[in-house]
Amino acid sequence: MSTLAIEHLTIGLPEGADRPFAVEDVSMTIDKGQILCVVGESGSGKSMTANALMGLLPRGVTVKAGHAMFEGRDVLRLPEAEKMALRGAQVAMIFQEPMTALNPLMRIGDQIAEVFAAHDRFTQAERRKKALDLIREVQLPDPEKIIRAYPFQLSGGQRQRAMIAMALALEPKLLIADEPTTALDVTTQAQILKLILDLRDRRGMAVMFITHDFGVVAEIADEVIVMREGRVVERGTAAAVLKYPQHDYTRRLLDAIPTGMLPEQRALSETPALEIKGLRKIYRTGGGFFREAREVRAVDDVSLTVARGEVLGLVGESGSGKSTLGRTAVRLVTPDGGQVLVGGVDLAALPEEELRTQRHKVQMIFQDPYASLNPRQRILGAITDGPIARGTPRREAEERAKELLEVVGLGADAASRFPHEFSGGQRQRIGIARALAMDPELIIADEAVSALDVSIQAQVLDLLRDLRERMGLSILFITHDLRVAAQLCDRIAVMQRGKLVEIGPVHDIFLKPQKDYTKQLLAAVPGSDWEQRNESA
Amino acid sequence: MSFWTRFRTNIGAMVGVVLLIAVIAIAVFAPLIFANDPWQMVQRPFLPPFSREDLLLGTDTLGRDVAAQLAYGARVSLLVGLVSTLVALLIGVPLGALAGFYGGLVDEGAMRFTEFFQTIPNFALAIVLVAIFEPTLSSITLAIAIVSWPPVARLVRAEVMSVRKREFVDAAMLAGLTKRRILVRQVLPNTLSPIIVMASLMVATAILLESSLSFLGLGDPNAMSWGYMIGAARTVIRSAWWLSFFPGVAIIITVLALNLIGEGLNDALNPHLSRRKGRA
Repeated sequence: MSTLAIEHLTIGLPEGADRPFAVEDVSMTIDKGQILCVVGESGSGKSMTANALMGLLPRGVTVKAGHAMFEGRDVLRLPEAEKMALRGAQVAMIFQEPMTALNPLMRIGDQIAEVFAAHDRFTQAERRKKALDLIREVQLPDPEKIIRAYPFQLSGGQRQRAMIAMALALEPKLLIADEPTTALDVTTQAQILKLILDLRDRRGMAVMFITHDFGVVAEIADEVIVMREGRVVERGTAAAVLKYPQHDYTRRLLDAIPTGMLPEQRALSETPALEIKGLRKIYRTGGGFFREAREVRAVDDVSLTVARGEVLGLVGESGSGKSTLGRTAVRLVTPDGGQVLVGGVDLAALPEEELRTQRHKVQMIFQDPYASLNPRQRILGAITDGPIARGTPRREAEERAKELLEVVGLGADAASRFPHEFSGGQRQRIGIARALAMDPELIIADEAVSALDVSIQAQVLDLLRDLRERMGLSILFITHDLRVAAQLCDRIAVMQRGKLVEIGPVHDIFLKPQKDYTKQLLAAVPGSDWEQRNESA
Repeated sequence: MSFWTRFRTNIGAMVGVVLLIAVIAIAVFAPLIFANDPWQMVQRPFLPPFSREDLLLGTDTLGRDVAAQLAYGARVSLLVGLVSTLVALLIGVPLGALAGFYGGLVDEGAMRFTEFFQTIPNFALAIVLVAIFEPTLSSITLAIAIVSWPPVARLVRAEVMSVRKREFVDAAMLAGLTKRRILVRQVLPNTLSPIIVMASLMVATAILLESSLSFLGLGDPNAMSWGYMIGAARTVIRSAWWLSFFPGVAIIITVLALNLIGEGLNDALNPHLSRRKGRA
């Protein structure tokens, strides 16, 4: 018998939303010990489905029709008191962002014990012991210490483990995981996925796993449901859906995944667009009369060059210093030592006024499409500000801005609109146009596609590739996602803890990695086995 | 939804707007509505309200028309409230913006200076300032502005600090814009909403401050104001209740209207923080 059976679930959105239903006529079943992956892009209604089960729907959003049978009862229609008893005890949930899901002012042990307290189980001493057991079970290091730690003292992966420990406290029969690994590094993600698989095997839980990443699906799913705009477009076993997708949309999603298929090798120019020599940036925090200051070597003696017309991928986990390196290269951060040579000029050493006149040489495309455009400035202004400050006549700058909007595929009429009228992918295109307007010698793309859905990601990557061909752009492409880097880059540099681990042509890095760390990173890419199997098949 | 549609659906805010417009209209058209000069004796003293049609709210201790006094008092209250808020913004916004944007020593200096003002109780400082200056309308306005700018500076500083970290500010840096231009064109416009909300509430506080000063006899002796009316009537509060009651009601209505508008502005300008809407 299935643990959870959702039948014809329909969830209505409030009036004025972009569509009448968040979720429409969705059915699914999850058996004991089975992992069901619900896949979809943002806005597909996958999280709404989970929230409806937990009774966490936002105000104005209501279940219009359908049942969700769990243990013979319809969880959608239980009175609030019974729902409360069910939550945590029978159905548990883990979230995407473990930092916000944990109470920052409570010790980890107390938070786990609170789950028992909320359901009136065990005595104080027993609760503590159980909490310790759980911390051990989710393989957190040094359990005695962790139980007294606050969330901010843990790393992202450790916090997610703590969340899982809380979720498991009362041995739920169903675990709902809403993008639990999206905020994590690849290696940490691989560990968490393995942990979830282990726990499923040991406890025989049913797991509903929500994700947008088909790589993750390939790693853990038994069954897959693909959702789009609130409807199920495809369902089946993981093997079947991944190998023989029936629906167009699934096929497009699968096609859009950077597959690790390597691009053709291109001959690179000899002239460098950017030369970084012995770059160093140290952050000091804390420190006072009694404590020594903590030093983080964000960038530690890194040297590399980007040739003219080359795309160099800079890959690393969070905290590896890759973003600091990028920000130092555009001098948003002033380095403590070393040189940043662009066209023979050392940007790192220029005084502020001179720097301002040289800024245009290196431009940046930012990560967050929602924060990188001024919400109160029209697109035209955003693009022409720079050229006009450089002395280009206004009319000419505006002509050029419109041309560039055409080039990035938006059309000149976008110029007179405000940022909020555009989607994330379109905003990223505006960001690219803004960078191009300065006629830079080098563009630094800092996680420029990380915040986008896969299909949008693929489009923006296509655009960058096209621009590279047409304009001979040199790009320093910073990303945590090896699959994305593989698609676009000529060479790849791997960073770890501020140091450059390995640098080489993309083929060498992917096929013949020299350093252990690079091998680890490659192995941790979700779905890597499946892709290889696919290629050999 | 646009700002105006959101604001319009807020019943409280609309009530506030209607009340405020009424008060403003009375203040502006006072000479047309009331033939009597507010300082002129027109009838016997202590005429109770509603006893004569031409003197609806009665007369005060010297036989002056209370209704006319109220209308002219509205002019003083609104003027002092508006102008002192503007002056406070003129001091607080630039100071807070500089402190938040440049940080470091500029921030240290500006904030210590602000704290210097914040450590002295508002009202006490205002009394001292008015006592030092001649009690004229302009000196009272200035005194109120001087005691009310520190919260503005703090608010603007905090807002600027958070906006400064956004990526579009980095982008503007890379575009080669000067820091001053970035602050004025990119950062400050994004701090407007909370400043507007705060300003609307500050007008209300300023009106209360002015009334309190006048009540204590520190008002401009040549300007009829609500606070002065209450202050003058306090000795006869048991025999002639209307002399302090009506100006009190006027103060309450005006301050309430401004508060309602401020809250409506807050909800409309920051829709995601609004309490009544729970949309995802």
